[in-house]
Amino acid sequence: MNAVSQTSLQASAQGFLARYEGLRHRLAGDTAAREAGAAAFTRHGLPGPREEAWRYTGLRPLAEIEFHEPVVLLADASAQFAALGLPDGPRLVFIDGRFRAELSRLPENIAITTGAPAFGHLADNSENLVALNTMLAEDGAAIDVAPGVDAGTLLIVSLGADAHGKPVSFHPRHAIRLGAGASLTLAEINAGTGVYFNNPVITAEIAEDATLVHLREQREAPGAFHLSTVFAEIAARGTYDSFSLALGGRLARVQVHARLAGEHSMAHLNAAQLLGGSQHADFTTVVRHDAPATASRQTVKNVLTGRSKGVFQGKIEVARIAQKTDGYQMNQTLLLSRDAEIDSKPQLEIYADDVKCSHGCTVGELDADQLFYLRSRGVPEREARNILVRAFLSEALDPVTHDAMRAHMEAAIAAWWEEAPT
Amino acid sequence: MLEINNLRAGIEDKEILKGIDLVVPTGEVHAIMGPNGSGKSTLSYVLSGRDGYEVTGGSATFDGADLLEMEPEARAASGLFLAFQYPVELPGVNNANFLRTALNAQRRARGEEELDAVKFLKLARAEIKRLSMADDMLKRNVNVGFSGGEKKRNEVLQMAVLRPKLAILDETDSGLDIDALKIVAEGVNALRGPAFSALVITHYQRLLDYIVPDRVHVLAGGRIIRSGGPELAHELEANGYAAVVAEAA
Repeated sequence: MNAVSQTSLQASAQGFLARYEGLRHRLAGDTAAREAGAAAFTRHGLPGPREEAWRYTGLRPLAEIEFHEPVVLLADASAQFAALGLPDGPRLVFIDGRFRAELSRLPENIAITTGAPAFGHLADNSENLVALNTMLAEDGAAIDVAPGVDAGTLLIVSLGADAHGKPVSFHPRHAIRLGAGASLTLAEINAGTGVYFNNPVITAEIAEDATLVHLREQREAPGAFHLSTVFAEIAARGTYDSFSLALGGRLARVQVHARLAGEHSMAHLNAAQLLGGSQHADFTTVVRHDAPATASRQTVKNVLTGRSKGVFQGKIEVARIAQKTDGYQMNQTLLLSRDAEIDSKPQLEIYADDVKCSHGCTVGELDADQLFYLRSRGVPEREARNILVRAFLSEALDPVTHDAMRAHMEAAIAAWWEEAPT
Repeated sequence: MLEINNLRAGIEDKEILKGIDLVVPTGEVHAIMGPNGSGKSTLSYVLSGRDGYEVTGGSATFDGADLLEMEPEARAASGLFLAFQYPVELPGVNNANFLRTALNAQRRARGEEELDAVKFLKLARAEIKRLSMADDMLKRNVNVGFSGGEKKRNEVLQMAVLRPKLAILDETDSGLDIDALKIVAEGVNALRGPAFSALVITHYQRLLDYIVPDRVHVLAGGRIIRSGGPELAHELEANGYAAVVAEAA
C-alpha cells in the first residue's frame, strides 16, 4: 500500500513542480525566497505516512486529484460572498487566493500591502506544505500595525471555487506584524464551493506587549482540501490568542507553530473540530517555550459523527532557559457514532527543571444520564443532544469574546448541527 | 389519573417489577415505601421512560394514554415529572436556559405559546421567591457545584416552573437535612390541588410527616404487598419492613 501511496504522492508533487516551472517567471514577489521554497519542495515533496508528523493524516486523497492554476475570475462571487453573512468592518477578500479589491474594505489604521505574497521571516520550508506554499504563492497581505495602535478587527475572507469543474489550488501567503504594544483581532473565514485546495501560510510577529487575537473559521466546501500553517513569534509580555473552528472540507489540517520568545509572553491555541460523513481534520501544534515565565494554553475539542476522523497532535517544547514555564494542554473528544475515530498525540519535551506542564485527554460518548435528564424535562432528544454538544464545546468557545465573530461561529455550529446525522 | 396494571419490568434478564398494580387518582398524593432493592427506583424510571429497562408485561396509562409507548419527552409534555434521587449535573448548561428550554419544549409539544425570556424570568423568579431559594440559582450551571440539598431544591424549582399533573418524587428526601426537607415538602404541598397528583417514593416515614399522603403502599420484592392510609407509614416506622413483609408472605 505504501508503494502505491508514495507513487501518487510523488506524481502529485511532480505536478506542482511542473506548474511552478511554467509559472516561475510570472509570479510576483521575492524570487530568492520563492526559489528556496521550490528547492525545499523538490527535496521533500508531499509528506507520506512514514513521516511521523503525518502518520495520522494521509494526503493520498489530495494526491489523487490534479489541481490547476485558478484562471477564471468568478462571475457570481458576490452572491457566494453575500451568503457568508459577514460581520461589518474592514476586510480583505481573496477569491481563489487572489486579492479582490472590489469586495474588500481597507482599514485606516493598518498598513496593508497586497498583490504579492508576503513571505515574512518566520516560515520554515522544512514543512512540506510551507515549501509548497512558498513555491506557488501568488498573492497575500502584508499587515503592519504600528506600535501602540489598537487596530480593532480585520477580517480575512477566503473564497475557493473550482474553475468550471476543474479542481484548483491556491497558496495565499500573509504576514502580520504588530509593533510594540499594538493590538489586532484578525478573523479569518475560509469557505467555498466545489473541489479546490487552499494552502495558506500565515506568519505573525508579535512585538513586546502586543496582542494578536486570531480567530479562524474553516468551513470549506465538502470537496475541498484545507492545509494551513501558522508561525507565530511572541516577544516579551506579548500574547497570541487563537481559536480555530474546523467544520468544513474533505481533508483539513491546521498546523500552528508558536514560539514564546520573550519573558512573560503567552499563547492560547484553542480549537474545535466538528466533523461528519467521511471528513478528516487535524489540529497540530508545536509550542516552543524559549524564555522564562512564559505560558501556553491549549483546549482542543472534537465532536465526531459518521465515519469522520479527527486528529490532535500537540507538542510542547520547553528550552533549558525557560524556567517557570506554565504549559497546559487538554484534548477532549465526543464520539457521536461508533465509526468515528480520534487520534490524539500529546508530546512534552522539557529541558528546564522548574516548570509546570500538564496535559490530558478524554474520549467519550454523550452521557446517557445527562441525556435522559434533559428528555425527562420535556426536551426532545435531538435538541437535548444539541444542548450537550454545545455545553461540551463551551470551554473552547468561551474565550472567543469578539461578539460578532462569536455569533458568526455559533451560527456556523448551529448550521453544522442541523445537517449532522446523529 | 395514573393506572398501573400487572406491570412487569427489569434490566436485561433480571425481573425487578413482578406485577405492580397501582391507581393514583387525580388530586391524590400516594406514597410508595419499601426496603432497599424492592424496585422503587425501577418503577420511577420505567414510568418516566429511561433507557435500559425492559417492560415484559402489563400496562401503565396516564390520563388514558399508554405511557410505555411514549418517548420520555412526550411523557413530560403530557404532564409527568420525575424528581430525581440523584439530580444530574450539566456543566456548561445555564440553569435558567435549561428551565426555559424545557418549559418551552413542553409548551410547544402541547400546542401552547412559548414564553419569551422576560416572561420566563418573571415566572421563575416568582417561584424562587416563593420557595425561599437563593437568587443565583438561575445563573449557575445546572446542579454543578450544588450541595445535595441545593440539588433537591433545584428539582422542586423545576417542578414548580413546569407545573406537572403528576409528580414522581424518587427518594427526594434522601440526604436532606430537616430545613431542606421542609422546603421540598412545601414545594409539593403548594402544587396540591384537584388537578395535581403525586407519587412519593421514600424509604423513611419522615418526609410523610410533611407531605401527608392520601394512600401509602408498601413495595417489596417487586410487588405492592400492602396498601393503607397515612397510618401505615407510622406502622412501618414502628415495626420495620420485615414485619410487614413477613405478614404479607
